[in-house]
Amino acid sequence: MSEKKMTGAEALVRCLENEGVEYIFGLSGGAALPILDALVGSTIKLVLVRHEQGATHMADGYARATGRPGVVLVTSGPGATNTITGIMTAHMDSVPMVVITGQTISTMLGKDAFQEADVFGLTMPVVKHSYLIKSTAEIPRVFREAFFITNSGRPGPVLIDVPKDYSAGEFSGDLYPEMELPGYHPDAGEPDLAVVMQIAEALSKSRRPVILAGHGALIAGAETALRTLAEKLQAPVTNTLLGKGAFPESHPLSLGMPGMHGTAYANKALVECDLVMSVGSRFDDRIIGKASRFCRDAVKIHIDIDPAEFGRMIACDHYCKGDAKRVLERLLEHVGELNTKPWLATLDGYKRRYPLTYKKRGGLKMQQILDTLNTMTSGDAIIVTDVGQHQMWAAQFCKTEKPNTWLSSGGAGTMGYGFPAGIGAAFGKPKTPIWVIAGDGGFQMTMCELATAAINKIPVKVIVMNNRYLGMVRQWQTMFYDDRKSGVDLEGNPDFAKLAEAFPGGRGFTLKRAGDIRKVLEKAMAYNDGPCVINAIVEKAENVFPMIPAGAPLEGMLISEPKPDQKLEKPTGST
Amino acid sequence: MNNAITDKTVHTISVYVANKPGVLARIAQVFARRGFNIDSLVVSPSVDGRYSRMTIASQGSVQGLEQIILQVSKLVDVMHCVDHILDESIVREMALAKLRLTSEQRTEALQICEHFGCKTVDLTPTAMTVMVTGHSDKLDACIDMLRQFEIIELVRTGKVVMARGDKVT
Repeated sequence: MSEKKMTGAEALVRCLENEGVEYIFGLSGGAALPILDALVGSTIKLVLVRHEQGATHMADGYARATGRPGVVLVTSGPGATNTITGIMTAHMDSVPMVVITGQTISTMLGKDAFQEADVFGLTMPVVKHSYLIKSTAEIPRVFREAFFITNSGRPGPVLIDVPKDYSAGEFSGDLYPEMELPGYHPDAGEPDLAVVMQIAEALSKSRRPVILAGHGALIAGAETALRTLAEKLQAPVTNTLLGKGAFPESHPLSLGMPGMHGTAYANKALVECDLVMSVGSRFDDRIIGKASRFCRDAVKIHIDIDPAEFGRMIACDHYCKGDAKRVLERLLEHVGELNTKPWLATLDGYKRRYPLTYKKRGGLKMQQILDTLNTMTSGDAIIVTDVGQHQMWAAQFCKTEKPNTWLSSGGAGTMGYGFPAGIGAAFGKPKTPIWVIAGDGGFQMTMCELATAAINKIPVKVIVMNNRYLGMVRQWQTMFYDDRKSGVDLEGNPDFAKLAEAFPGGRGFTLKRAGDIRKVLEKAMAYNDGPCVINAIVEKAENVFPMIPAGAPLEGMLISEPKPDQKLEKPTGST
Repeated sequence: MNNAITDKTVHTISVYVANKPGVLARIAQVFARRGFNIDSLVVSPSVDGRYSRMTIASQGSVQGLEQIILQVSKLVDVMHCVDHILDESIVREMALAKLRLTSEQRTEALQICEHFGCKTVDLTPTAMTVMVTGHSDKLDACIDMLRQFEIIELVRTGKVVMARGDKVT
């Protein structure tokens, strides 16, 4: 009960403190004034960003690196609408996040008041749940529910719209109320033993199994169970882009990432397997290619905490609803070693025949920078990427060994994600080196957060892969549109190293020659007083391979650059 | 009900939800995002006033509707969501039809109304309003018969559904 009169905003901040919130990533504004005021003297640190989208990506990076929900505070109207990209990014990748938006006073709702936007309505399709506060007294219950919803079951962002009269109004009520969520049952409970036994039976008959590990395996903390199971079965594991870290990629049973720009051996394994078992992956279109052709003759097993994913992309033979860790632990009790020696030998043959490779001659290559970074960090850093060619090469060359050390916008493919997400990760994991890999296109979308990183002395290291192109789109135009380039030329880029130096405590490096990679990376590694940016002037027109054109079956994989006279059909898949 | 289900089959979906603002919008969005039209919709508070009952009629691919039901079930404010297409549920609907009638036509109209168990709820020298209730097929048949007269206005409530016996709707 309230011991002294407090405002709704003070109650709100108290609730956040009770939830163990360390940081709020936010930007101020009129409708958020009472909350901003209540934060004065709180144990929670408000990290002032330069653009609201950055706040959401920081909260996202913080959440992915720590497993705890990221918290965002913005004002009404444009402040709130600027968060939508970040909320959608978190929603697509099942990231826990609580977004608090200021709102005009309740009596002005719907009157096109100054800086009023229907944020509750605007964000509805991209949130796990949302609230419009309707009284000061309900603030504690709403916040308790929001923090519970955002990080239970399949995580996702929750938005709370707070009209200013309720944040400013006098609070009377219970600070520790009961939740009222009769329709929300996030605990999947014990997996159905009958289904587990069917899966065990299917596995026992398999000679060419593949385990597909997705983000769900990481969210469930299933990495140990997964490794034990794979080793017990002697089954190879391929991990999705977001599943990187669920299984060590240096492990002999690891096939790396499958799909559109996955390894040739992972894709060949999926083509030739007799059983595929997804653990917390949603069979995303980047992975399966043409759905009707995906693992056509294989037994398909889908383990997921969200039954709405069952049958959504492909029909499977066995569906097991449950937390990935619990399902795998049950499964472990009922399986033994499979006779996979010939299968593993075949796959090892593919690994030798189709390794990830690049030409070391010619200009500076992103692949070589990433390969060197991988050797130097040896899985001990958090790698955060933006979206595009560099992201795919980073996924290929930066081997992820541990959970929550690979942060990337997968489902949404949000350019501009990487740098702010890296800052957020640094707040959550101050002792871990954070490397951001960004393209020159994506970095320019959120580079205003250099100020946020500089002021907070965040030693985030950004490699800007500067090819003066929006490279992935340029690659598609080269391959499928007769090299007719349109809307991809980034001539006019700033000097990113100088740009970083313009901020207090910012440091910039320029990397032009392959021979300097190690030296420059070492310099960046040694600089920990603020952000540093490596302006890497890389070759303009490298293409990412392997590649499965969108909508093609996995069999249609191009392992390397097609011959110059080879005419490629325009892809039929989405993008 | 035993006929094969096609993309044209009308599904009757019952959704039990928290009686809160925004719930209908969330559910409607799940349909709209996938290009499904809601043919009819009835919302009313349930016995327990904290909850509401929605009955939604929609048609389209079976796979699409299965996905919609799974996605709707996932919403935090939804208790449960069931497609009653395959069970023998009680389905009822009500319609009001306003007919422009001369006194000569009135007798025949009343005969049709009697056959379908309609009630006349309003009568003026030039118009008669009738109420018909029952299964949607019966309403269709009745309205088809009434079309020989001039129907000035027609309002249908949309289907409501309830599971038989002890079963939960």
